[in-house]
Amino acid sequence: MKLLIQKRQSQSALFNLMTPLLCLVLALIVVALFLVMAGVNPFAAYRDVGIEALGSAYGLSETLVQATPLIFTGLGVMLAFRMQLWNIGAEGQLYMGALGATWVALFSGITSTWLMIPMMMIMAMILGGIWAAIAGALKARYRVNEVIITLLLNYIAAGIVKYLVYGGWRDPKGYGFPQTADFPPNAILSTYFDTRLHSGFWISLVLAAILWVFTEKTVWGYELRVIGNNPRAAQYAGMNIQSKTIFVMFLSGALAALAGFAQVSGVVTRLQDNISPGYGFTAVIVAWLARRSAAGVVIVSFFFGIVYVGGDALKITYKLPESFINVFQGMLLFFLLASEYFVNHRITLVREPKTPVAV
Amino acid sequence: MKKILAAVAAFIALPMAIHAEVEVKAAFIYVGPVGDAGWTFAHDQGRKEMAKLPFVKDATYIESVPEGADAARVIRGVAQKGYNLIITTSFGYMDPTVEVAKSFPKVAFLHCAGYKTKPNVGTYFGKIEQPRFLSGMIAGKVTKSNVLGYVAAFPIPEVIRGINAFALGAQSVNPKAVVKVVWTNTWFDPGVERSAAESLLSVDCDVLAMHQDSPATLQAAEKAGKFAMGYNCDMPTFGPKGYLCAPVWNWGVYYADAAKKVHEGTWKAGADWWGIETGIVDLGPMTAAVPDDVKALVTAKRKEMIAGTFHHFTGPIKNQEGKVVVPEGKVLPDEEELKMDYFVEGVKGTIAKMKE
Repeated sequence: MKLLIQKRQSQSALFNLMTPLLCLVLALIVVALFLVMAGVNPFAAYRDVGIEALGSAYGLSETLVQATPLIFTGLGVMLAFRMQLWNIGAEGQLYMGALGATWVALFSGITSTWLMIPMMMIMAMILGGIWAAIAGALKARYRVNEVIITLLLNYIAAGIVKYLVYGGWRDPKGYGFPQTADFPPNAILSTYFDTRLHSGFWISLVLAAILWVFTEKTVWGYELRVIGNNPRAAQYAGMNIQSKTIFVMFLSGALAALAGFAQVSGVVTRLQDNISPGYGFTAVIVAWLARRSAAGVVIVSFFFGIVYVGGDALKITYKLPESFINVFQGMLLFFLLASEYFVNHRITLVREPKTPVAV
Repeated sequence: MKKILAAVAAFIALPMAIHAEVEVKAAFIYVGPVGDAGWTFAHDQGRKEMAKLPFVKDATYIESVPEGADAARVIRGVAQKGYNLIITTSFGYMDPTVEVAKSFPKVAFLHCAGYKTKPNVGTYFGKIEQPRFLSGMIAGKVTKSNVLGYVAAFPIPEVIRGINAFALGAQSVNPKAVVKVVWTNTWFDPGVERSAAESLLSVDCDVLAMHQDSPATLQAAEKAGKFAMGYNCDMPTFGPKGYLCAPVWNWGVYYADAAKKVHEGTWKAGADWWGIETGIVDLGPMTAAVPDDVKALVTAKRKEMIAGTFHHFTGPIKNQEGKVVVPEGKVLPDEEELKMDYFVEGVKGTIAKMKE
C-alpha cells in the first residue's frame, strides 16, 4: 500500500472554501483535547473566545485594532508575492515606517494639522519603501536572494529603532526610559468612543480596495502575475522585469510601513521598541492564506484579530499560561496551512497487489 | 441604661462598620512566567502573602503578558471582571495601565517602577540599590582580580542605579575595584544572559552580579569556578559553590499594606518608594563562601542603612569623566536618583546619550 500525491488540476469554489473550514474544525477539536487536559471545558472556552473577540463592542473594536496592522503588512507582502518576490521583511518595513512617522511628528518642525498626518504617512512609506527596495534592487541587479536580504533587514530596522529610543530620541522628560516623547495631538489618529479603534483601520480598508482593483482589474496587475509565473515569457512580451522588481518591492515595503505609522500614530502615540508583536511575520501567513488576494487579506487579518484577542480571553478567564495560547494559535495555523496543501494536492491510497510470502 | 444604649448602638454600628469595608479582589499582571525563579517569582511570593489576609477574597494573576500597548486589553479584561485592586508589575505597562484606569475610576491601580500617577493610579518601587551597595561590599572584598562583572538588562535609571550602588559599595572596601557592564537588552532570556556572563568571565571578572530575571548568570559563573550574586530572590541552588548572596525583594510587605488600605477605604494613589527599613528590599542570606569578617562588616552597614545614618549615594561621587556629581558631605536627592543616566567612576561601560 502506498500514498500517491498528485497536484490537483482544478478545484471547485465550494471545495476551496470547505477545506480550510474543515481544517479549522479539526484544529478546534485537537485544541479541545488540550483544553480538557488542562481541566477547562472546551465549549465554555470557545464561547468565551467568541464573546471576547466578537461579542461586545469593545471586543470587536480590539479585534479590528489587531487586524489593522495585519491588513497593511498583509497587503504589502501579498503584492510582492504576486510577482513571486518573497518579501518576508514586512516587520522591518513596519519599524522603518514607524521611524519615519515619528520623525515627522516630533522632529521635522511641521506643526500644521493639515500637513501632519499626510506627511507622517508619506515619510513612513518612503522609508519603508526604500528599505524593501534595497532587496528589490539587489535582486534585480545582482540576483541576490530577496528572502535573505529582507529577513536580515528586519533585525537592522529593529536595531535602528532601539538605538534611537535608547539614545537620541529618548523623551527628555521620561526619566531616561527608552521611549520618545508623546506625539502632539495633531499627530495622533482619532479613536472612537472608549476604544482603541483608530482611523487607521479605514485607511487600511481603502487601500485594500484600491489594491484589489489594481491587482485584479488592470493590465499592471496582470503583468505582475505574468512576470511572477513566467519571467522569460514576460521578457519576450517586452515587460521591464528589473525596474518592476524594484518598484513592486518599493510599494510592498511602503504598504507594510503604513502599519508602523498606524501603530505609532493610532495605538502607542509614541515610538518605543515593542510596537509590534510580530505583525510583519504574521503577514507572511496572512498573505499566503489569503491566496495572494487583497480581499482575502482583509478577511484573514480579521480572523487573526479574533485569534489574538480570543487568546487573551483564555488567559484572563482560565488563567491558561502564555505557552498554552501559543499552542492554540500554532495549532490553528498548522491546520490551516495543511489545508492549503490538501486544496492543491490530491492524495490517494493505492493498494498494491499482494505478493505471496515465501515461507 | 446609658451603658446598655451604648452597647446596643455599638452592636448596631459594628456590622455597619464592617459593611463600609470592602473585600479585596486583586489581580496581578506579570511580565514573565511565575516560574522564572526571579522577578516574577518574587512578585508572586508577595501575591501569595497578600492572599493570606482574611479580607482578601481573591488574588489572581496573569503571567507572561507582553509589555506594550496590547497589555491594555488584558488589564481591561481583569478590570471588567470586577477586581478592585490591579497591580501591573513591569515598567512597560505604564501607559496601558494609565489608559485603562481612566475607564475604571473606582478601581485602585498600582504600577511598578514607573513615573506616571493619576487619581486612581499609584506607582511603587523599592530602593534595591541599598542591598546592591551591600552586595558590592561583598564583591569588593572577595575579588582577587579587582574586576567585577555585571550582566545588565536595559540602560534605564532602575538598572543604572543598581550598577552604581554596586560599584560604590565595592569601592568603599576596595578602591581598586572596577565594574565591567554588559547590556543584554532583555529582562528574561536565559541564553542571552548566560552568554553575556561568559563574555564577562573571559575578561578577568571573578565576581558576577546581574540585573536580570533569570539565574543564568549564576550558572555560568559556577561552571567557570567563579563567584556570583543573585537578584530578586535567594538563589543558592543555582551556584552551590560560588553563590555569595542576593539583593532580594519582599513585595509581600507592600502588597499587604496596599490591600489593607483598599479594604479600609483609605487607599490613595501616590508614588511610593520604600527603603530597606520597611523590609521591601533586603540582602538575602550570605553563604559560607562569604568570609566571616566581611559578613560582620556588611551586617553593620545594613544596620546603619536601616537606622537611616548611612545613605548609599553619599558624596564625594565622581562620574566616569571624573567630574564630581555629588559633592562631599551631600547625598544624592531622590529626584536625581530617579532619573540617573550616568555611571560613576570605576564602571566600565557606556550609556547612550540623550539629544539635548
